[in-house]
Amino acid sequence: MVEVTLWGSLGALAGGKSKVEIEAKDIRELFRKLAEQYPGLEPLIEKGIAVAIDGTIYRDTWSKELPPGAEIFLLPRLAGG
Amino acid sequence: MAGVAVSTTINGDTIEYLCQPDETLLDVLRDRLGLTGAKEGCGTGDCGACSIILDDRLVCSCLVLGAEAEGRRVETIEGMAHGDRLHPLQQKFLEHAALQCGICTPGFLIAAKDLLAKNPDPTEEEIRFGLAGNLCRCTGYDKIVRAVQDAAIVMKQA
Amino acid sequence: MNFDPRYSGRNFTSVGTRPLRPDGVDKVTGRARYGADFNMAGQLVGRVLRSPHPHATIRKIDTSKAEKLAGVKAVITAADLPDLTDGDAAMYDILDNCMARKKALYDGHAVAAVAAVDARTARQALKLIEVDYEVLPHVVDVDEAMKHTAPLLNDAIFTEGLEEKPVKPSNVTKRTQFGHGDIHEGFGHADFVVERSFKTEQTHQGYIEPHACVANVSSDGTADLWVCTQGHFVYRQHCAQLLGMEASKLRVTSSEIGGGFGGKTHVWAEPVALALSRKAGRPVKLVMTRDEVFRASGPTSATSIDVRIGARKDGTITAAEATLRYSCGPYAGMWAEIGAMTAFACYRLENVSTVGYEVLVNRPKTAAYRAPSAPMAAFAVESAVDELAKEIGMDPVEFRIRNAAQEGTRSSYGPVYGPIGIGPTLEAAKNHPHMKAPLGKNQGRGMACGFWFNFGGQTCTDLNIGMDGSVSLAVGTVDVGGSRASLSLVAAEELGIAYEQVKAVVADTSSLGYNDMTDGSRGTFSSSMATISAARNAIKILRERAAQMWDIPVDDVVWEKGYAIAKGEKYGNLAALSLREIAAASGKTGGPIAGHSELVADGAGVSFATHICDIEVDPETGATRVLRYTVVQDAGKAVHPTYVEGQYQGGAAQGIGWALNEEYIYGKDGRLQNPGFLDYRIPVCSDLPMIDTQILEIPNPNHPYGVRGVGETSIVPPLAAIANAVSNAAGVRMTHIPMSPPRILAAIEAERGD
Repeated sequence: MVEVTLWGSLGALAGGKSKVEIEAKDIRELFRKLAEQYPGLEPLIEKGIAVAIDGTIYRDTWSKELPPGAEIFLLPRLAGG
Repeated sequence: MAGVAVSTTINGDTIEYLCQPDETLLDVLRDRLGLTGAKEGCGTGDCGACSIILDDRLVCSCLVLGAEAEGRRVETIEGMAHGDRLHPLQQKFLEHAALQCGICTPGFLIAAKDLLAKNPDPTEEEIRFGLAGNLCRCTGYDKIVRAVQDAAIVMKQA
Repeated sequence: MNFDPRYSGRNFTSVGTRPLRPDGVDKVTGRARYGADFNMAGQLVGRVLRSPHPHATIRKIDTSKAEKLAGVKAVITAADLPDLTDGDAAMYDILDNCMARKKALYDGHAVAAVAAVDARTARQALKLIEVDYEVLPHVVDVDEAMKHTAPLLNDAIFTEGLEEKPVKPSNVTKRTQFGHGDIHEGFGHADFVVERSFKTEQTHQGYIEPHACVANVSSDGTADLWVCTQGHFVYRQHCAQLLGMEASKLRVTSSEIGGGFGGKTHVWAEPVALALSRKAGRPVKLVMTRDEVFRASGPTSATSIDVRIGARKDGTITAAEATLRYSCGPYAGMWAEIGAMTAFACYRLENVSTVGYEVLVNRPKTAAYRAPSAPMAAFAVESAVDELAKEIGMDPVEFRIRNAAQEGTRSSYGPVYGPIGIGPTLEAAKNHPHMKAPLGKNQGRGMACGFWFNFGGQTCTDLNIGMDGSVSLAVGTVDVGGSRASLSLVAAEELGIAYEQVKAVVADTSSLGYNDMTDGSRGTFSSSMATISAARNAIKILRERAAQMWDIPVDDVVWEKGYAIAKGEKYGNLAALSLREIAAASGKTGGPIAGHSELVADGAGVSFATHICDIEVDPETGATRVLRYTVVQDAGKAVHPTYVEGQYQGGAAQGIGWALNEEYIYGKDGRLQNPGFLDYRIPVCSDLPMIDTQILEIPNPNHPYGVRGVGETSIVPPLAAIANAVSNAAGVRMTHIPMSPPRILAAIEAERGD
């Protein structure tokens, strides 16, 4: 079980929650279960969400494991110059 | 529109071409003669990327008509190195990393060459004002000024 | 991915040296080929017709007269670029921006295009196209556009992110929020509170090379595109999708690029050039004029920002909040959202809240500009931080050091930081001689901090070892400022050979797998990771080949400093084999030797900078002079320090222009009044002093060499650093960027009560 923190605007789509508990071993499973449990998040996940694991931001790596007790943070995917 | 026949000297070679009366020298160099070293950054004489030397005078080739080159001497970036030997300014621009994207570099080199021809020992301020007609968006000019300072020293020793 | 990206703390031989760049001679001799320097036989000239109105319904376009003009080979409108975006809203916006469909949404919006035998004919043809416009009311100001009385750009847009679903459409596309703690409680503990509103005007990336491309669509359905871009793979995807092509049939070659700074990250004219070529059956060259570049490409957001920060007497910030409104042009963006994330990222805050509003206006579609959205937020926050320090009576540097984020701090945008460089950049600034240099009359010193995320992303690199032992490195990230040099250094480092033995090129889209574009300061970070991985894969093969040559087990062969070495006393008589020797024998030992890498480079370390500047203000005219400027920034590891310095200096110079001069000026008619370098004045050589740099190296734990991106952060602090310096020099707080002479003079006069 990992605790996932949602950034402000994302929480609104998860029924106003800022933190959710998900049983997931990697980013792929996290996304799948988030989409199942909070259908409002699915379009955003499809468009692209970044996952910060202990402060390191991952954009596309589904296989990245979520270590137990890690801080998991969902962030919008950014544009750069 | 009838073409204008022009005979001119470019980088020491006699060149003849036909151009339209309203065609700029920059367009002639780039589109008719394949000399694409001069760049068009604005087309209004504001950026200096198309700088050339026309009879010892630094000009923006986008503000000169192709027909005006008749009987005159044109120097472009393509004529700056001697064979495989780079001009000291070219060498110093490389050594100081005075270019990032490089689009403004030909114009800067031509402008700097003109500056050093007229003032072989410029102060930093004279370099900055001498090159104020050329825009660079990448470097903040720091390394360009240093490259010109260094080239001036080398050229005086030569 | 079996590649271990963790920082290993090794000693370097090549990395950190300063060799000449491999593309340098071509660039100083005029031989390098940029977007407009390429031509094809039978090529036509493409030109675009643009709306003179900021907001108008397009009732009808009659192209018949233009089509009949001798020498015109194709005329296109939106009808020739049908909507194939299949519900992809972002791509639809890009399509509509390339060619207006129902409405022209800004002065300069493309409405039609022609391809003709020469430029003069093309220009004549544009004049013969008749567009029937119904001119609509327009709005260009970000605050005005938020009012409920403002003209609506798109009545299908209802603000997202509100607690209650809105019933009326709005120019505000989205509200976003970040933060943690309880700001109400935090402000309750504050002894001092500073609250201010700020505005920044819209600026352009100002790359000297206008957008340019040559498109060649063949009747067999294949196509070639030569183009200046920050991401040719992204351009291929965009163009293929918008034209209904298979991506693999469109080969995109990135030319040398004459500056991008975020402005060459999505397509503008390229789909138009391809559509013209498809219709005409001939190659088409399309080059924007400078006027078009200003009116229709770029720019960054104009903003309006409110900041409130509270602190205790001892200098501890107790709460911070900001409301950020960013203009997006006519299409939805996430610009305020990024501003809201970055605004307070430099600080350790228990209570912080930021809210962003994305606002549609009748201006060109906002594009990324170097650390997009962060400079404006930093201007507002760092101005307020300076003012607060002053109110408390603390030195502004000490105040920042006291509140700086550090490893383990929860960032204002959410996650907890790993090892970061804000504290060290502040300490370095504090101890810099610049801080102690004397100031004269009417002179002021300012400093400010800045933050940027940095990106990684999809990356693919090929490393091929020739039979002579020289190495070809094919990368897929466009080289915007010397990355071929830095990536060659990385390949040389990993293989243990000389830099001169490596030649790096940027491969076209048919020669290499997909790469994300060069944005988010990712070029050297990502491609160096892929290069290291590719080199390690090549070394594995080199060891196998050496084992074959020696006829010993591969496990007994190690790679050291460019040589295969047989390990163990039993091989004492075997002389080490050089890369050249192994390569020379490769035809007999299994064929060509190469290393490839396809990976997602994750873990781009965040980046911080602190800038110091001295400004002199003429109190009679409001004119300013930059006297001295210093940049301190964390690079993680500077692969080629000279080009890292170049990034620091270039970002600072762009920030100086933004702070003091540059702005889009719109008339009452909604038309851009200064679409040229004469009236949109970017800094020239005589405007600037030398820009001093100090590179700090706090290794990024997620890169084998510790590399962080360095390209963007340098533009984040200047607006604020200069505003603080000007405010100190003029004795009045400046709240509106750019601080052009009339604005400074007005502020001084208002303060004096004139």
